[in-house]
Parts: sequence; C-alpha cells; structure tokens
Amino acid sequence: MGAGHAHALYVHEHSVVHRLAPESKLVAAVLFIVGVAITPREALWAFGLYAAVLGVVLAVARVPLRFFLVRLLAILPFIAFAFLIPFIASGERVEVLWFDVSREGVWGAWNILAKGTLGATTSIILAATTEVPKLVQGLGVLRVPAVLVSIAAFMIRYLELIAEELGRMRMAMASRGYDPRWLGETKPIAAAAGAMFVRSYERGERVHSAMLARGYTGVMPVLGRSPAEWGDWLVAMTIPLVGLAIAVTALVVT
Amino acid sequence: MHAPDGFLNAGTALATGAISVGTVGLALRQAKHYLLDRQIPLAGITAAFVFAAQMFNFPVAAGTTGHLLGGALAAILLGPHMGAVVVTVVVLVQALVFADGGLTALGYNILNMAVIPAYGGYAVFRLFRRLLPDTSGGAVGAAGLAAWVSVVLSAMAFSIEWLFGATAPVSFTRVFAAMVGFHVLIGIGEGVISALTVGVVLASRPDLVVGAADLDRRQLEDRRRTRTPTFLIAGLLAALFAASVVSQFAFDDPDGLERVAEDTGIVVSAEDHALSDSIFADYATAGIENEAVSLAVAGVAGTLIVLAVGWGLFLGPRKRPGRPAAV
Amino acid sequence: MSHSVTVTDLHYTYPDGRQALRGVTFSVGEKERLAVLGPNGAGKTTLALHLNGLLRADQGTVRIGDLEVGDDELVGIRRRVGLVFQDPDDQLFMPTVEEDVAFGPANLGLENDALASQVDRALAVVEATHLRTRVPHHLSGGEKRRISLATVLAMEPGVLVFDEPASGLDPAGRRELINTLSGLPITQIVVTHDLPLALELCPRSVIMDQGRVVADGPTRELLGNRELLARHRLEMP
Repeated sequence: MGAGHAHALYVHEHSVVHRLAPESKLVAAVLFIVGVAITPREALWAFGLYAAVLGVVLAVARVPLRFFLVRLLAILPFIAFAFLIPFIASGERVEVLWFDVSREGVWGAWNILAKGTLGATTSIILAATTEVPKLVQGLGVLRVPAVLVSIAAFMIRYLELIAEELGRMRMAMASRGYDPRWLGETKPIAAAAGAMFVRSYERGERVHSAMLARGYTGVMPVLGRSPAEWGDWLVAMTIPLVGLAIAVTALVVT
Repeated sequence: MHAPDGFLNAGTALATGAISVGTVGLALRQAKHYLLDRQIPLAGITAAFVFAAQMFNFPVAAGTTGHLLGGALAAILLGPHMGAVVVTVVVLVQALVFADGGLTALGYNILNMAVIPAYGGYAVFRLFRRLLPDTSGGAVGAAGLAAWVSVVLSAMAFSIEWLFGATAPVSFTRVFAAMVGFHVLIGIGEGVISALTVGVVLASRPDLVVGAADLDRRQLEDRRRTRTPTFLIAGLLAALFAASVVSQFAFDDPDGLERVAEDTGIVVSAEDHALSDSIFADYATAGIENEAVSLAVAGVAGTLIVLAVGWGLFLGPRKRPGRPAAV
Repeated sequence: MSHSVTVTDLHYTYPDGRQALRGVTFSVGEKERLAVLGPNGAGKTTLALHLNGLLRADQGTVRIGDLEVGDDELVGIRRRVGLVFQDPDDQLFMPTVEEDVAFGPANLGLENDALASQVDRALAVVEATHLRTRVPHHLSGGEKRRISLATVLAMEPGVLVFDEPASGLDPAGRRELINTLSGLPITQIVVTHDLPLALELCPRSVIMDQGRVVADGPTRELLGNRELLARHRLEMP
C-alpha cells in the first residue's frame, strides 16, 4: 500500500484541470469510471479511446509521465493476480504464445487489467490536480455527511505528524539494534504502536480542549467556501460525457 | 485487499455500496451518541493513527512481511461503532487521495476492510472475553483471537462477493479456499500484533480500551499470562491445520470439497441446482460439478459473517466511568 | 467591561486522585502582565485550564471582570479569555492557516466579509499575512507559534493566557514573541519556566509550588531572591 506524503500526490501546476472546483472533478471522475466499468470487455476499441481521453487530460494537466507511472505501481498486486487468472481459470482452453490457458480467463484478466488501470489513472489524475484539503472540502459540498468529512479533514491534518512520530520511534528502536526477523520478535513494534495510540488519543483530547477554548460547541462552523461555478461543471463534465457516450456505444454495438 | 475498479460486477458494487452506506450511517450516529462533541477530533486523530500504523510492516517469517488491517484493533480500542467509522475514513481517503482501491470498488472495500472486521471482530472479541478469564491477560488473548478471526471473516466475505459478482471464470470454491486459507495464516500476524498492542495500552491507559472498560483495578493488575500463550499456540496449530486442509482444495483438488460433503452425508437435491442459477455469477460457479456444495459453504460462511456483524452492531461499548471535568 | 482576573481559593483534584490545586489566590489587573512561575508539577497548567472553564474547580472561584466562570456562558468566557496552548500542533487543527484563524470567530457567529477581515487583522498583528493559505504541518516552529496566537487573537479576547509560549523557539523567535506580546494592550498571564522571559515581559509574578501560591510580587524582586528560588526548585540562568 502506498505511503507517501500528501504533497507527493499533488503536482504543482496551474492548468485548467487544476483550477476546476474539486466537487466537479470528483463527480467527473466517478462518472467516468462508472462508464469504464460498465463497458463490455470485448470492445477493445472503447478502452483505447478511454486511454486516449485520459492521456489528453494528463497532458493538459501537465502531469509528468514518470510521476504518473510511479503512482500507477500501487495497483501492481492486482495486476499480478490478473495475470494469474488465465492459468487458474476453468473453461475452454486456448493457446496464447506458448501457454495453454483458459479462453474466458484471458478475457477476465483483460477486463480487470483494463478497468483497474483506467480507474487508478483517473484517481491519480484527481489527486494530482487537487490539493487534499480541497478534495475533502469538495466531499462536503457533495453532501457527504459533514461529520465524516470533518473526521477525514482531521485525519489528513494529523497523518504526517503521526506517521513521522511513528517513524522516529522505529528509527530509535533500529538504532538500538532492534532487527526483528519473525513474528515472535515483534513485541517492541506492538509496544511502539500501543504507545503511539495512547499519544494520539491524548493529542486528540488536547485538540478537543483547544477547540472548546475557541468556542466549539459540537458542530463544526461553516467556513467560507466558494461554490463551483457553472463553467467549472461544464468543463469537468465533458470527460464523463465522452466516456459515457463511448460506453453506451460499446454496449449497443457489442 | 484494496480491490481496483471493475474487479466485481456492477450489481455487487451497488449492493455492497448500499450495505456499507447503511452500516456506516448507523455507526456515525451511535459513535456520536457515545462521544458527543469529542467525536470529530478523536476519530480523526485515531484514524490518522490507524492509517500510519497500516503503512509500517512487521516481519512474519523468512523474509515475508505483513501489514496491519486494524479493523478489529480499532473496534476493541474505540468501540465497534467508532472503530468502523475510523477505518471507513481510512479506506475512503486511501481510495480518493492515494488511488489505493477503486472509487467504484468502495462498496466492497469498505465492507470488507472496515465494517466486517470492526463489528465482526468486536463480536468475536466479546465472545472470547466470556470464555477467557476476566483479567487483562484474558482481554489480550481475546483481542488476538478476535483480530485473527476478523481477517478470516473478511476473506470469506470477499469470496462470497466473488460468488455474486465474479468477472473471471475462477470458481468460488477455488477463490474461497485460496483466500480463506491464505488469510487464516496471515491473520496470525494481525492477531499477534493486535493482542500485543492492546496489552501495551491496557498497561498505560486502561481507560482507553473500550472493550475492557469493565475491568477493575485488581483485574487489570492480574497479568497472569499462563492461559494466553496456551490459547495462542493452540490457535496457531489450528490455523496451520485449517489452512492446509482448506488450501488443498484450491490447488490440488477443487472438487475435494464435494467429496468431503458426500462422505459426511450432506444430501444434495436437484432443486438446489435450479435455484442457484439465477443470482450467482456464472463465472463463480463455472467448472463446479456440484454447485449445491459450494453454495452450502457460501451459506455457512455468509451466515457466520452476518451473525458476527449483526451482533457487533447491537453491542454498544460498555458504560464507562465519567471522564474528567472538561465540558 | 473589565478584563481583570481574580482567582480566589481555587481547589482542584484530578479524577485519578491527584490534587493539583490547593487554594490558589491571586489577581491580575486590567491590561497587566503577570508571570506564573514554578517547578514542574506545581499546578501551573492546571490553573491555566481553569481560567477559561475547561476545568471546573472543586472549590473557589475564578472571575473575569465581573463575570464568574461557571456552567453557563462558557462560550462568552472563552471569547473573553484566550488560551494559547503549549504545543501549537494541538491548536492548529484545520487544513489551512486561514481556516484555523477563522475557526474561533466563526464559532462566535461571524461570517463572510466580517469573518474574512477578522482573519486579516489577526494575521496582521502577528505579521503572518503571507502564511494565509499554508498547511499548518509544513510551518516552522516559530511560524506555528505565531499562527497559534493569531487563532486566539481573532476572537478579540480581553485576557490572554499563555502556557510556555517560548518553548522551542530560537533566540530570534523569542525576541519576536516578546515584541509582539509587549505590544498587545491586553491583560496577559504567562505560565512559564523561562525566568528571563518573565523578567523581560512581566512586571509582576507569582510563584506556585505544590498547588499553592508561595510568592507574589514584582518579578525583579522575586527573581533576585536566590533563596526563594532555590526553595522552589527554580534557578536564574
């Protein structure tokens, strides 16, 4: 699972894509992926088009290729599983290169590969062009329960701090010669985790006190948020509209 | 276990999505009722802790490492509702911000990684608390066992989702056997780390372990470890045995499960065949001669999951003594 | 509206049995600056938490002007008394500096333009206008302290209470802090270990030890009394 700092997910540019309101990009991303997901896998041309569309967005957003490929590595485990499928699947056999594999299995693997990669690419573009706090704000605008959004915002705020503290604990242990090789030696790791939990919880209580000290009564105040303009929605929705057009065509034609 | 987009079909994505939305909504309401205005900062910061803890790996054996799932641990420390909320936020942000898990796969990812381990794990924890002595040692043992089981429940749930929504012709039996077999082993790591972590927290701030809020000072001090290692070793052996038996069916003998069923006298009727065709993905039942057997397995596993999660949902955290005067 | 602070015979015991305050009495006049000194465990932070009602005394009273700190009107008290915590990361909890500074006044009902100008003003006082859109985690220690102060100033308090304001600051940061605080015409109570800071900033001090006030007088006098300091585990550098 990818760790990484929040700013390693964001590409600092000023493209059209970057400037769009986060809620419009969120909706566009989800709708586009839905289109991809419902496309019949036999419509190879459709997937080619999807890739082209995303490629254009990547270019317009000026996302560096290397950055994108590194981020794409996150889905490697499922790619591996997808490649395994033709070998373990049942059904009519067929010969691909020098392997004797299941025909349906090959199609199934392609399906997961194509849709998973396109989905991940869309998510990567979203994260690369939208700063995390804005993304969380966008969720709020989309009527995701405010409590959930606030919790997510706090989580993001304190994530790096806590990850760093935990990392420092691990480093301190390592520099004292701690090098566990198997599960039986992991007590110190759990001790660090336990101590970290307590520290995090206590910080949570202090933050709560700080919130009370500034007049908090249990409901997060509404802080000025400029709503998305119609223009943003128009631009953002072109992508899923194209995507859905491709999907519908594919469904009808196949 | 962060599944990408398109891994399961649309119907499954929608159905699991609905279930997740429903349970998380319930969890939010219950957590607020218990935590009042402390909910947001505490849930947020402990979510950051779970997220950070998931990032670090621990050694299992022979160079392999594992990662913590954390659902059961979160539930034992924070109570099932808050635990479910916290891990849900983690999974949500992982998908949205880190592209870890597909956006259309959130339904089953949240169900498998947050809802089921938190509620199911908590229910199993309470079960083992009753069986083990009422001491901190007992609570630690219960935590370890519950965390282990929660991982297995999660794997079972994933396999059942595959039964309904497979997109490739790998039989349910194979997926179930492989997933469950693998996770029975991997879950040991989760169990050990969770147990040890709960032990550490109990030693320094016992009031922060909601699942052990009923232990008084004397019971907490009773750190007799005599029965816990026994349970852990017994659990380990059982896990190894279960894993080897179950995974045998994945790789050597996909139809072995049927033979076991026939040998033990499970009667199979023709009507079952007709029923099974309708809602299950053709893929998942492809290549299985006796669908009824695999459906029986799915049925039993599914019932276990529903029972565990349902019970966890209705178990609130136990009442705990008043907190300091801060409003 | 007076912003004097009067603490009378304050007693407080924590739920775990630790008796932190055993009859604390002192007062601070309008716009006066008072330092609260003392060794670790003296009860200084506990005292600070009573001044805006985060903790409620078992016995005794706290008065801000003519308002007694009690169960009602807590938001009103917290508007008057701004508490700046020891760890800035505990009070910079919003995604951006702007939102953090806006949090307090927003809770008091300010919105839109009024809110925005309040934020502007607070940031200007601590000279941090350029940090407006930054993420709190990426700020330096000194910057975080300035923003923490801004988050409290945005509520226009009449009394400011600081818990170890200079800890972790380099000499330049310390100097900035002293300059900023000296320039604020607000009643200030500074809880600190940093005796030179107290000397520079606060004409008057109280020394606390074991939950009681053991000395109350001009800072210069108290800090010049080496025997007094030694008795309470304090030392001038």
